[in-house]
Amino acid sequence: MSHAPASRLVEELRDRIAHLEGSVSRKALVLPFGVPDVDERLPGGGLAYGALHEIAGGGAGTIDGAAAALFAAGIAARAKGKVLWCLTRPDLFAPALSQAGLHPDRVIYCEADKEEDVLASMEEGLSFGGLAAVVGELVRLPMTASRRLQLAAEKTGTLGLVVRRWRRQTEASDYGQPTASTTRWRISTLPSEPLPVAGVGRARWLAELMRIKAGQCAEFELGACDAEGRVCLLPLSSNGSDTSTWRGSRVG
Amino acid sequence: MSVDQPLVVISRSGSKRWISAADTAARKLGLKVGMAASKAQAMIGNLHMVDADPVADAAAVERLALWALRQYSPVVAVDGTDGIVMDTEGADHLQGGEELLISGVVNGLRGKGLTARAAVADTWGAAHALARLTTNETTVVPRGDVTKAVIGLPIHCLRLAADTIQALRILGIDTVGELSALPRAPLTLRFGPEVGRRLDQLFGRLAEPIDPLRTPDLVEVARNFQEPIGAPDTIAKYVRRLVAQLTAKLEERGLGVRRSDLIIHRVDNTCQCLRAGLAKPVRDPARLTKLLCDRIEKIDPGFGIERMVLVAVMAEPLEIKQVANALVEEAVVDVTPLVDILGNRGQRLYRITPVASDVPERSLRRIGPTAVETGAEWAARWPRPSRLLAYPEEIETMAVLPDQPPVVVTWRGKRRRIVRADGPERIFGEWWLRPREMQAVRDYFVVEDEHGDRLWVFRAGDGVDAGTGSHKWFLHGIFG
Repeated sequence: MSHAPASRLVEELRDRIAHLEGSVSRKALVLPFGVPDVDERLPGGGLAYGALHEIAGGGAGTIDGAAAALFAAGIAARAKGKVLWCLTRPDLFAPALSQAGLHPDRVIYCEADKEEDVLASMEEGLSFGGLAAVVGELVRLPMTASRRLQLAAEKTGTLGLVVRRWRRQTEASDYGQPTASTTRWRISTLPSEPLPVAGVGRARWLAELMRIKAGQCAEFELGACDAEGRVCLLPLSSNGSDTSTWRGSRVG
Repeated sequence: MSVDQPLVVISRSGSKRWISAADTAARKLGLKVGMAASKAQAMIGNLHMVDADPVADAAAVERLALWALRQYSPVVAVDGTDGIVMDTEGADHLQGGEELLISGVVNGLRGKGLTARAAVADTWGAAHALARLTTNETTVVPRGDVTKAVIGLPIHCLRLAADTIQALRILGIDTVGELSALPRAPLTLRFGPEVGRRLDQLFGRLAEPIDPLRTPDLVEVARNFQEPIGAPDTIAKYVRRLVAQLTAKLEERGLGVRRSDLIIHRVDNTCQCLRAGLAKPVRDPARLTKLLCDRIEKIDPGFGIERMVLVAVMAEPLEIKQVANALVEEAVVDVTPLVDILGNRGQRLYRITPVASDVPERSLRRIGPTAVETGAEWAARWPRPSRLLAYPEEIETMAVLPDQPPVVVTWRGKRRRIVRADGPERIFGEWWLRPREMQAVRDYFVVEDEHGDRLWVFRAGDGVDAGTGSHKWFLHGIFG
């Protein structure tokens, strides 16, 4: 009986526990939002690479997924490299992605006829490695499928983003079902930032962090992606907004 | 020679000269294939006659078959003197299905100035008959419907000798249905086994493998099995070995594969194919193996596979390049392996590139996923919606003309009160491309309702002049 194998076993178990707990050791492998209030709620200080993140819209956004897609585009834009965008309904308008910082040269679209094909393409993209992010627009995300995607993402460290959009608003209750994804977000539109003149200001979102591994749920009022895919904190208090917190991040 | 001058091709058999082909103008004037040349000359004065050149014709058909081999299907052969036959199984999904495949073939040939008719059916015989006897440019017979499709066709579509057809006609048999209803024994006794064989081939009771066309410059490796194989693992193992042989052969010639076919001969004398296309020439065995093994479940080994052939149908020069190794810069990841894998599964892969147009739906174009990166971006600095509807949907609005945004918008039965709005952004019709849009105008507005939903709406017309548009309102996109 030697101690070496036993201690190795303990080490291995520790690693596995750390892995299950959302891991402190992988601190470097996150993509921060650059908004301290959001980042401090996420373990490691940002969205984990090599993990699956679910994003859905709220209200009318459950069907069109417009804000959710833009939120995903902003995240993908800040990661480095090409992006694979898998979809079945080709109604995404590329100039909007470009305005969220995702250059058209960086996005490869993969249009499929069936949802299963989207899942298969996403898995292939995630296990390919070398992509910045793989985005998939899905109606259903069963547990098994999400676990496969999560494992494929873990293996290569690619960011997996699932934009959930349903056919009817009532079907969105499906979003309560458990999946293997690391975080789950709901992005709903809020009235835009008021301007001193007539017009529409910067779009605002209510970003609800509904579920997170090794973290607590939270919600933020965010200003939508700027030209480089960055969001900012943009709460609209009744007694005039405190602009000092977000002006900086908008310029920088 | 003008287009409307009738043209016929004259063939000789012995001293007899007869028309073997006639163009549309000639057929309109009443000339028919098989008519004596002297009679045609007597009927029409300015008839243009060309002597037939069967050797050149055969060569031209073979060239067409080679083109089809590269473009469409791994198994292509020349069919008779006037056609080509292909096995579309395992290759049609790359073109988006059988219908798209054959309309693509017909359109491709039309682009080369040729008129073609094509048919897809379960059997070679049926496709042969339907392509020659229907007036439609393309015919697709659903799986299992061959009998219904061919039963009324005349017997000369059966690829039988001319004297057999003549003798059957004398007996009063005109259609395939009548012939197949006759008792087989007396038929065979009188005309030999050929009639029964052709009938069985037509209905798919007898296999008729297509012997694929090959040229000497095709790189091909094959493997025969003493015992038929069938298990997916075994197939994968031999695919790997064949790929290794093929890449070794290609390396000798300095080539890389663009399109490769795996042809599987089964013990019951039928064959199946898998085609794998690549975005760039490749000689990497691992990548090729992965592409071919990815779809191994599509192979139905039946009673076993006795022979596997791997062909590089399309090969292009591939030179070894030295990769500059920079310590500072990050390596650019080549995505072509991923593109190949997804593309061969039938997924539509593309990138979107800007087009210089102010009209939103025309401001982008799909390009190949591995096309050259231009770095071009959209010039417009106005916000654009993240979802654009395929067609603008008409909405009910209340708005002050000419320049005010709507106050109330009703879309899909939901009434929204507009709180904020931006606009108009005036977009003019592209009169330099489309004369109908000489005066057309669209005024786009970004509107936001009390819940914060932002919509992109436009009014067709400038709000003053009815010539610029209908002044109806439409919703075109949804902002995130």
